[in-house]
Amino acid sequence: MQQTNEWIFIGIFFAICWVFPAAPVIMAQLLQPKRPNKVKQETYECGIETIGPSWVQFKVQYYMYALVFLVFDIETVFLFPFAVAFNQVTLFAVFELVVFILLLGVALVYAWRKGALEWA
Amino acid sequence: MIDFLVSQGWSKDVATGVALLLGVIAVSSFGLVWVIFGIWLERKFAGRVQDRLGPNRTGPFGLFQTFADLGKLLTKEDITPEGADKFIFNFAPLLSVVAVILIWAVVPFSKEWIGADVNVGVLYFTAVGSLGTLSILLAGWGSNNKYALLGAFRVIAALISYEVPMILSILIPVILAGTMSMQGIVEAQHIWYVFIVPVTAVMFFTSSLAEIGRSPFDLIEAESEIVAGFNIEYSGMKFGMFFAAEFLHAFTISVLTAILFFGGWRGIGASVAGAGGDALGFVWLFIKSVGLYLLVMLIRNTVPRIRIDHMMSLNWKILVPLSLVNLIMVAILAKVFQPDYAGQFQIAANATGLGALLYQFFGVNIVAELPRAIALLIANLLLWVVVSAVLHRFAILDRRRVQDWVEPATVAGEHTASAPAPGR
Repeated sequence: MQQTNEWIFIGIFFAICWVFPAAPVIMAQLLQPKRPNKVKQETYECGIETIGPSWVQFKVQYYMYALVFLVFDIETVFLFPFAVAFNQVTLFAVFELVVFILLLGVALVYAWRKGALEWA
Repeated sequence: MIDFLVSQGWSKDVATGVALLLGVIAVSSFGLVWVIFGIWLERKFAGRVQDRLGPNRTGPFGLFQTFADLGKLLTKEDITPEGADKFIFNFAPLLSVVAVILIWAVVPFSKEWIGADVNVGVLYFTAVGSLGTLSILLAGWGSNNKYALLGAFRVIAALISYEVPMILSILIPVILAGTMSMQGIVEAQHIWYVFIVPVTAVMFFTSSLAEIGRSPFDLIEAESEIVAGFNIEYSGMKFGMFFAAEFLHAFTISVLTAILFFGGWRGIGASVAGAGGDALGFVWLFIKSVGLYLLVMLIRNTVPRIRIDHMMSLNWKILVPLSLVNLIMVAILAKVFQPDYAGQFQIAANATGLGALLYQFFGVNIVAELPRAIALLIANLLLWVVVSAVLHRFAILDRRRVQDWVEPATVAGEHTASAPAPGR
C-alpha cells in the first residue's frame, strides 16, 4: 500500500540520519589531541571547587508547568481527529467542540488563579 | 526511476529500496548543505545589522568561514568531565541533530518531490521535533554539573510550555485543509493561509521561535547569563553538533511556516506537471523559506532577550488563551462559511459574461473560498485589535502598580520608609 511505502522511507531515513552527526564526531575523535589531566576534567563551577552533589533538587514549579502542559497536550490529542474530520461534521458538533475548549479554558483559569503558572 | 531500474533487470523490491535510499540521501543533503551556506548568511547579516562587515577573510566574501569553523571544531580536544554519565553525555548531541533532520522527511519540496507523504505529516513533525527537547535534558543531566542541570530544567519547562500554542495554531491549517498530510495542506492553499488567519501564523511563528531557543527567547543558551546552560561541559565537535542542530532547526521552522501558512511550493508555474514545474515549486519554497529565515535573523538581531518568568507568562497568560479563542472563532466561522466546491463548479460551468471572466481569472477554487477567507480575516483582525487593547490596558495598570510601589504617595511629601514590596 502506498502508505506503507511512506513509512518505510521514514524507517530508512531514521536508520541513515544517525550517520550525519556520528561521522563528524568520529572524525573528531580521530583528529583531536587527547591529553586528559585531572584539572581539565573537573566539573565547572565558575572556577571554584564544587560545593555539594551535582544532582540538585528539582524545583516543584517545573512540575506544575509539566502538569498544566499535560492537560493541554491531552486536549490537543483529542482535537486532532476533530480537525481532520472537520469538513464532514455539522455545525452542532462545532458547538460541542467549543464547549470542550471552554471547559479546558476553565481549567487554565483555575490553574492561573491558584498560582500554578507563577515562576516564583 | 523505479521503472528504469526494473527495466535494467533489477528486481522490483531492490529497485524500490535503492530509490528510497537515494531519496533519503537527497532530502537530508539539502538540509546539511543549507547548514554550511546558512551559517555564513547568518554571520554576514548579523554583522551588517551591527554596522560591521562579518567574515570576509576566509575565501571570497568569507564564504569558506563555515569550513574553517568545522576544521577548528574537529581539532579541539573533547573534554569529558569526571563523573559524567558516559553514554548519555555522548548520545545527547547525536539525538539533537537527528531530531531536526528527521523533520525533513515530510517536507513537500514540490508537487512530486516529497520524501514521505504520510497522512499524519503534521503530527509527525510535532512529535519528532520534541525529541530535541529530550536531548537537552539528557545533555544537562549527563554533564554532572549543577549549572547544566538547572539550565536544562529551565529549558525543558520553557520548551514544553511553548508546545501548547504551537500545536493549537497548527490545528488551524489542518481544519482549513481537512487533512494532516503536509502535501495536502499545501495543495489546499488556493489562498495562502497567512492571508486568511494571520494571527495564527504569527502565533505559530512565535512559538516556534521559542521552541528552537532563538532570540528573543535564547536564555536557553545565553552565554552571558547562565554560562551556556546545558552545554557547559561540551567541547569540540559535540558542541558543534548542538550548534548545527539549533541552526538547522531555525531554518526548518522557516520552511514549516512557509508550508503551513505561505503556500509551500505554490507559486506561478509551480503546478505544471513535469520536472520544470517541480523545480519551480522547489525554487518558490526556497524563496519563501529564506525570506522567513531573514525575518528570524532580523528578530534575533534587534529584539532584546526576554526574562524566563516573562517568557512563561507570555506563553500561559497570553498565547494559550489567545490560541484557544482563535481556535473557537476559526472553527465556528469555517463551518458557517464552509466552501461548496461542487456547487461553485456548477455555477462556473453555467456562468456568462463578467462572471465567466471572474472564474477564468481567479479560478473556481479561489472564488469558492472567498467568503470564508474574508470572514476569517476580519475575525482575526478584530481579535488582534481586541487583544492589543486588553494588553495595553493591562500594561498601564501594571505600570501604575509598579510606580506606586517604587514611589508611594506620602503625606506632606516626607520620605517614609516603605514596607517590603508585595511579591510580584
